[in-house]
Amino acid sequence: MKVKMQIRDLNFYYGDFKALMDINMDIERKKVTALIGPSGCGKSTFIRTLNRMNDLIENTKVEGEILLDGEDIYSKKIEVEELRKKVGMVFQKPNPFPKSIYENIVYGPKRHGIRNKKQLDEIVEKSLRGAALWDEVKDRLNKSAWELSGGQQQRLCIARAIAMEPEVILMDEPTSALDPIATSKIENLIETLKKDYTIVIVTHSMQQAARISDNTAFFLMGELVEFGPTSTIFTTPKDQRTEDYITGRFG
Amino acid sequence: MNLGKRKNANRIFHGILVCCILFSILMLAVLFIDTFKKGLPYLNVKFLTNYTSRFASKAGIKAAIFGSLWIIVFTIIIAFPLGVCGAIYLEEYASKNKLNDLIKVNISNLAGVPSIVYGILGLAIFVRALGFGRTIISGAITMALLILPIIIVASQEAIKTVPHNLKEASYALGATKWETIREVILPYSMPGILTGTILAVSRAIGEAAPLVVVGGAAAIWFTPQTPFDEFTTLPLQIFTWATMPQREFQGVAAAGIIVLLIVLIFINLTAILLRNKYQDRIKV
Repeated sequence: MKVKMQIRDLNFYYGDFKALMDINMDIERKKVTALIGPSGCGKSTFIRTLNRMNDLIENTKVEGEILLDGEDIYSKKIEVEELRKKVGMVFQKPNPFPKSIYENIVYGPKRHGIRNKKQLDEIVEKSLRGAALWDEVKDRLNKSAWELSGGQQQRLCIARAIAMEPEVILMDEPTSALDPIATSKIENLIETLKKDYTIVIVTHSMQQAARISDNTAFFLMGELVEFGPTSTIFTTPKDQRTEDYITGRFG
Repeated sequence: MNLGKRKNANRIFHGILVCCILFSILMLAVLFIDTFKKGLPYLNVKFLTNYTSRFASKAGIKAAIFGSLWIIVFTIIIAFPLGVCGAIYLEEYASKNKLNDLIKVNISNLAGVPSIVYGILGLAIFVRALGFGRTIISGAITMALLILPIIIVASQEAIKTVPHNLKEASYALGATKWETIREVILPYSMPGILTGTILAVSRAIGEAAPLVVVGGAAAIWFTPQTPFDEFTTLPLQIFTWATMPQREFQGVAAAGIIVLLIVLIFINLTAILLRNKYQDRIKV
């Protein structure tokens, strides 16, 4: 099956405020899907419905369905902890735990029942290699993650996410707090990661969306205005509003 | 305004601030010097190992030291887990509604209730209704109730400082609420919780009024063996001596204050070391 996640008629409410309106979208397997749009357009809200992070906010409501491999993630049968194991997340600001680098990586696997020291060691090495961080930190795995630079911390957070061997990785503006060099490292990393993972990324930078994504979705005021292959969206957008946004006329 | 005037204002304010701190230090120094001058002649090994006596020269503080330690240990055992768990509930589980807001406000208010009121409560409930009598356990529960609001409020504040994005990181990795509390929220807020507990416990050690009501004895000649024994504590003993008619007992009371100060410093030091250990753990 080519499609990993299907979003069908998704509406989302904060109290009375409707933040997402009738979103329909197919997220392709092992591709990078970029979500762009001006601040407050609902792209962050949208990405957080995909692993049900919005459940943590009181007084919110979801309508419609989100299918992961054909199964509705909002159905009663789904345990949210299991869902988040399959759908990992990387946040805007690097948020490593105030623990050692090692403990950060094994946090997820330990929660999901892996206790064997040797197995955990292997996960740590594999995840850090996967996030292109191993060579920089292999001699100080027991040092605090807070001693790393911002870019390293963000790669650690990516390593922490892939340590659970998720199927989908959600990234909510993962480079907005980083300098250009750290940003380009993360972008290269995303390029490599999409061989194994389905990636959804929110970004404020249209150049970034153009560089790294296969598909792009343009959000405006809670609506999905246009969705399609990145090359099409950036060269021949169908909607006037998309064109105005990507040519920098607003936002 | 020109630079000269601004610099002058700068110097003047610096001077005022120095005066404020000097005033506090001066007052403390006067208190210390006075206490030490009166108390030192009575402070010797015998003072630590004797029980109290009708004669100032023979009076000792052994029963009160042990009594204070018993009381404080049981107070911590009761108040710390209750306070921390209460704070976790209020911050992480309680939904935002009027009832919970009312509870939060009232807990803060309880921290301001005069301690004698807790003493009366302890007398009515633990000593009489529950029949624990004038024992350590009655005193400790009363003290625990007294410092519970302080611990809850301090713990709430500490839990609030846990960055939201760390909790999100934990949930996003599929951790449950309890795992997030255990692995992220508690370790991060523990130094703050311990700081609050140190303040609360220091207050409990120095508190005499509630125990006068609950019935700490004015004079006992044994060290407690179980929580159901009678007791006296350092502040009670000091209070008793200070109100004796014989002048020499003023000196004995001063010596008692010195001992109380030393016990206080010792307990605070332990707590601070414990807190620093947790703080280091956050960094490493």
